[in-house]
Amino acid sequence: MLKRWIERITPTDVVMWFIGGAILLMIFWGSTATLTAKTYTVHHWFDFIIFGLAQGSIYALIAMGYTMVYGILRMINFAHSEVFMCGPYTAYYVAAAFYSSGFLDQYPIISLIMIFLVSMATSTLVAILLERIAYRPLRTAPRLIPLITAIGASFFLQYTIRGLYGSGFQAYPVVNILEGEWAFGGFRILKFQAVVILAAAILMAALYSFVQRTRLGKAIRAVSEDKETSSLMGIDIDKMIVTTFVIGGMSAGAAGVLYALMFKQVHFFMGFIPGIKAFTAAVLGGIGNIPGAMLGGIFLGLVESVGPSLFLDGLGIVAPYQLKDAIAFTMLVLVLIFRPTGILGERLAVKKA
Amino acid sequence: MKRIFILSIVCAVAICLVAVSVPAQTKKEAFKYEDKIGVVKIKKGDPIHIAAWMVVAGPDASLGTDTKRGVELAIEDKGGKILGFAVKLSVQDTGCNAEGGMAAATKLAADPTIVAAIGSNCSSEARPGAPILWKAGIATVSPSNTAPFLTDPKRGPEYDGYLRTAHNDKVQGAVAAEYAIKQLKLKKAATIHDGSPYAEQLQAVFAENFKKLGGTITSQEAVAPTDTDMRPVLTKIATGKPDIIYYPIFIAAGGHVTRQVKEVRGLEKVKLMSADGTFSSDFIKAAGDTAVGMYHSSPDFSAFGAGYKTFLEKHQKKYGEKPIAPFHAHGYDAAMIVLAAIEKVGKTAPDGALHIGRQQLRDALYATKNFKGLTGNLTCGETGDCADPMIAVYQITADNVKKLAIPDKPIWSPAVAAPPAKPAPAKEAPKKK
Repeated sequence: MLKRWIERITPTDVVMWFIGGAILLMIFWGSTATLTAKTYTVHHWFDFIIFGLAQGSIYALIAMGYTMVYGILRMINFAHSEVFMCGPYTAYYVAAAFYSSGFLDQYPIISLIMIFLVSMATSTLVAILLERIAYRPLRTAPRLIPLITAIGASFFLQYTIRGLYGSGFQAYPVVNILEGEWAFGGFRILKFQAVVILAAAILMAALYSFVQRTRLGKAIRAVSEDKETSSLMGIDIDKMIVTTFVIGGMSAGAAGVLYALMFKQVHFFMGFIPGIKAFTAAVLGGIGNIPGAMLGGIFLGLVESVGPSLFLDGLGIVAPYQLKDAIAFTMLVLVLIFRPTGILGERLAVKKA
Repeated sequence: MKRIFILSIVCAVAICLVAVSVPAQTKKEAFKYEDKIGVVKIKKGDPIHIAAWMVVAGPDASLGTDTKRGVELAIEDKGGKILGFAVKLSVQDTGCNAEGGMAAATKLAADPTIVAAIGSNCSSEARPGAPILWKAGIATVSPSNTAPFLTDPKRGPEYDGYLRTAHNDKVQGAVAAEYAIKQLKLKKAATIHDGSPYAEQLQAVFAENFKKLGGTITSQEAVAPTDTDMRPVLTKIATGKPDIIYYPIFIAAGGHVTRQVKEVRGLEKVKLMSADGTFSSDFIKAAGDTAVGMYHSSPDFSAFGAGYKTFLEKHQKKYGEKPIAPFHAHGYDAAMIVLAAIEKVGKTAPDGALHIGRQQLRDALYATKNFKGLTGNLTCGETGDCADPMIAVYQITADNVKKLAIPDKPIWSPAVAAPPAKPAPAKEAPKKK
């Protein structure tokens, strides 16, 4: 057993393990140094974790769209970041109208639900049109072609929105019931972050149980296993693919409103960075795997928030938050060295790969 | 037979061409206009092409729109033409980043009709952009680049064609530090920059002066301009317990910092100060109510020249609003010195074409002396600093947020505060308000 394993390892493996080990050592060393320096109290760490969870659950919601489309079509839908952007930007106009008429302050819950619905509807519509116009005609084409189409569609959507809504940014109105904080025994959590985390958790649970427990979800899983066989079993493949895009669009639209509530700025280019991060999260968790995308998103959010302080502060590196993205991608490298298919990814069958 | 016919036609055409071109050539010899790096020839009836490379799209669009309006009003004040030639202004967006500045400059450099350029807005754009323009022989005057590097004696010959009417941040950072220490009586400061040359150098100048005046810097942090979640970095800053955070960054990230700072444990009472990069109505829109009470260092409107009042009236009439950012007057002045320099070096040939030498234009710009501009008396130094820098501190009020307008009167300026012992001269007294 051991002998066979030793025969299998190549020099590349050794180099990769060496790099991975070095990264781990750095992390361990930095963390110990930071923790022994005691600059941060327990309350600080709690805050870092909450900030990271809130950001991470938004990444996770967007990552769902990437991973589901990959699962069923074996393509990276690079226009997904624009699906994410279209929803909250359109819903902004609803929110601004509610705000200026005073409806938002009077009936905040109803307004929020309406804003969510508008955003999710817009994102879903864009996702459906994207699938119908850009991807379906190319389904039998070689793999590289839909990929390039996705990038083209991404630019097209970005600049269409820029033409429609202008190149500046818009500021989301403040929802009063989400302001302030809840405190319990020295720990505290900002209200809207609690709402973001909770809403994201509920949505992800709902989506996951939809895919796992309903007939439609089962059919989607069947199509992603094997398209030809499932069509022989009487499953309408086109319908299943559209359903996947609908789910992805809905979660992206919801993530968009959560993002807008948290950061209060929307503009036509806002999808790019969260899109890249969510894609990274999907790869980190094992692309094609839904719980993996959730886990990857939350992991990435946490690393971005906690990482710079924990890993780099103790090493005496100045301005560690500039290296936030570097840390996030180093984590990606680290995970992929030891688990090339991602945290929860399984080895793909020959036919699927 | 046919062949001879064609041949004779060709000969006839050739003779005609020679006949036409010979007198033209002799005429040209009478008019001699040479330049070390090239001459722009503008035919009669064609316009003088001036290019603006400014950020007119995206989150920082208010900065570029503001300076662009200044340039437009300057051209209008000249009657739209100089030396009998109409002036044409074209605009390239620069995006407030190095890539955008490089792309815009490359595009301008490829257009041989461009006589001079006005821009850029963000120092990060000028750093790669100005050398590209100067390689093509285009001198550029920036209305709002403030990073010290751009006019540093060690900047290198590739920046020879670069000048600015904006202040140097060596002045601005010092004023901000002085205000924080002497007026607000604060002892501990933290700074945030976004990696752009403007923000990085300005916060460094601030920190240096703050320390010199007896304060301590608790930390100097950095974010990316595209970052949205500032709470973790603010939590890190909070561990140093600063009294003031100085963040001379741009509108999008600046808005996020302003909104999120009060949500972080330990920063509930911290004072906020930013600089001219965020001193715009768009920033107030981005930060909303959280901007109330924060300070900005920016050019002193109240110290501007006499023409400023009429400028504001024209601005209101043409665009239906007050200026939206601090560099409109610098844009006006930049256009004015460019137009004056063209008037100085432009020569009309007997055939009516205007000749403008590129090296001569650049030299004429550098020779600008005691030019009465809106922002003061402009005299261009050896390294291209033309400004008469007067910086003041402003505070945003609830009324500013409601109207989405920048304050038009500073709360403090070193010019007013300078003679503390003697009573201030009567002329300057009303400024203090």
